[in-house]
Amino acid sequence: MANLKIGSTQIKLLENLCGTLGVSGHEVKVRKLILEELGDLGAEHTVDALGNLLVTRKGTRRGRRLRVMVAAHMDEVGLMVSGDDKDGIYKFEVVGGLSAAQLVGKPVVVGKELIPGVIGFKPIHLTTASERSSGVSLDSLRIDTGGAGNGKVKIGDRAAFAPYFAVLGSGRTRALRAKALDDRIGVASLIELVRNAPENIDLLAAFTTQEEIGVRGAQVAAHAFDPDLAVVLDCSPAHDLPHWDDDEENTRYNTRLGAGPALYVADKGTLSDPRLVRHFTATAGEAGVPFQFRQAGGGGTDASAIHKVRAGIPSISVSVPGRYLHTAASIVRVSDWQNTLRLVHAALSGMNPSLLNTERV
Amino acid sequence: MVRTAGLSGYEAEIRRIVEEAWRPLTDELSVSKLGSLQGLKRGSGGEPRPSILIAAHMDAIGMMVTRIREGFLHVTEIGGIDARVLPGQVVTVHGRETLSAVVVEPPSWLIPPADRSGSTSLENLLVDTGLTPEKVSDLVRPGDLVSFASEPLMLGKQLLAAHSLDNRASVAALTHALDLLQTRVHRWDVWAVATVQEEETLGGAMTSAYHLQPDLAIAVDVTHGKGPGSPSDKTYPLGDGPALGLGPNIHPGVYKAVKDAAERIEMKTQLEAMARHSGTDAYSLQITQAGIPTMVISIPLRYMHTPVEVVHLKDITRVGRLLAEFITGLAPDFMDGLSWDEEA
Repeated sequence: MANLKIGSTQIKLLENLCGTLGVSGHEVKVRKLILEELGDLGAEHTVDALGNLLVTRKGTRRGRRLRVMVAAHMDEVGLMVSGDDKDGIYKFEVVGGLSAAQLVGKPVVVGKELIPGVIGFKPIHLTTASERSSGVSLDSLRIDTGGAGNGKVKIGDRAAFAPYFAVLGSGRTRALRAKALDDRIGVASLIELVRNAPENIDLLAAFTTQEEIGVRGAQVAAHAFDPDLAVVLDCSPAHDLPHWDDDEENTRYNTRLGAGPALYVADKGTLSDPRLVRHFTATAGEAGVPFQFRQAGGGGTDASAIHKVRAGIPSISVSVPGRYLHTAASIVRVSDWQNTLRLVHAALSGMNPSLLNTERV
Repeated sequence: MVRTAGLSGYEAEIRRIVEEAWRPLTDELSVSKLGSLQGLKRGSGGEPRPSILIAAHMDAIGMMVTRIREGFLHVTEIGGIDARVLPGQVVTVHGRETLSAVVVEPPSWLIPPADRSGSTSLENLLVDTGLTPEKVSDLVRPGDLVSFASEPLMLGKQLLAAHSLDNRASVAALTHALDLLQTRVHRWDVWAVATVQEEETLGGAMTSAYHLQPDLAIAVDVTHGKGPGSPSDKTYPLGDGPALGLGPNIHPGVYKAVKDAAERIEMKTQLEAMARHSGTDAYSLQITQAGIPTMVISIPLRYMHTPVEVVHLKDITRVGRLLAEFITGLAPDFMDGLSWDEEA
């Protein structure tokens, strides 16, 4: 098994990826960064009609090789400027599943030139108790760029949280805090896989667009690649917080930090191909990589579109568990990222053409 | 100053920064029993010299750890915080080590059923350091402070966004005034005081005024800046100059004298109606000892008590200039002509 390490180079790459503005439908800056990273590999690549970046690395093993699509979405949830209130103050709409409550009091960056702004809030002194106990209405919020936005920010510009990347703790349990870990951590993993592509498969790397607004990029990417099977790398919510009642257990944690890569069996959009679930769990066992099953339930990944493309594509998702996704500061553990990358690389390296010759069940 | 914690009651860290700035600008520096920094710049008038106390509070709002559960921290507020600004905020936990962390709102099924509708309440929010529960119990204890950690940000060339600009902006204005006074003649003694605990008790201003017994006092603070989400009748535009308070907390004669000083230097000012409690150190300064004629000068600031407070830099320097002008204009016999006459 290749020894794929998450070291300072990979963490720096993730920091750069998370720090890049790439709201759904406007992934150009992320795409450019990935191309810079992969530039020296000379891998064949195209950018399709939706902005997906499709990179092909053919294997070197002779004979039939499985064509394996591995997808990670480039886009993040964010904002689009929708109105100009003058004096550098702007109205906006939300792109993707981003709660108004998460926007209050946050620094943001706006538009092509990454103009800094803040989303302020009515001072507590001017609020009533009933106002404070009611929710936050999106209509009441504005992006305030001071004078800086004048002439530089226009309607249609995207905005996202300002980056606050941090390494928390040290050693084996250290964690990373950033915005957009969903799914730049998948993107960073996919970059590592392209760099260390196994020789036994044709690796079809899809850096997809518009996942957060209806898994739109992945669908056309899968059509173009027409792979034998697909593996989706995403970041899955970890709700592993304590229950308010100390006597109760939190049974709906979805995934847990520190428990290793999360294998999807079923979510709202996809029933993972059981042959792939077996292959991944067997690989984890052989390689001694800890893993967890993501709790079945709502949510979804690019796999929800991919598995239904053409005549059907056997698919599975593997995620790094992350707390507080779709907020300004999500948290992942480095060990989970490391183990995800190791597991996926080992699973890809163990894929023979006979993998899908058995029955699904 | 806006990268520093210094929460109410725990101002040592910010005091050291102010001390360094004020040392070359003052003749004497002392620290009060409650921790306020008191700088004296002596006037040139004959003895007994009258004195003026200029107060700007240096304490900031924040949080304190109340309980640790499975590695997550429960917190309470220090100063007034609308819990709705907290989810997703980056913070620093001041434990045995300084820890970077984030305030989070747990999913609805993890909070009590009665609290699931409407907005977040502080009791249900948690602070996550990203560390394991074992590490957290080694490093953090109830009573540890949690401060905002967002970085200061320039919005264009004139607006600054940061946490704790309430009231570090005013400490900067006071510092600017001391700087200007280096090259100007003033007859009165000037006590510059960076006060403590304004956000909780107003105890810093009260005790320094008691001890120093000034003849006049001015509280320098921030007021609500006009901006999105705030009612226009209670807010003041940024960049339009200092807001001069008027109301029961303010001595009408001092108000007039400050207004005259602004007019002498052709400085734009705004009138701030303060119908009751001014919400500043002036509230306690005014009733110290046998009563002190008191004034409030404010810097308009948007989004008060959030981590993205915004001020116009020119308003800070203007307040500094206005203070210096008022102080240099104080005649040795100013107090003799001063009386409480609202209609004068």
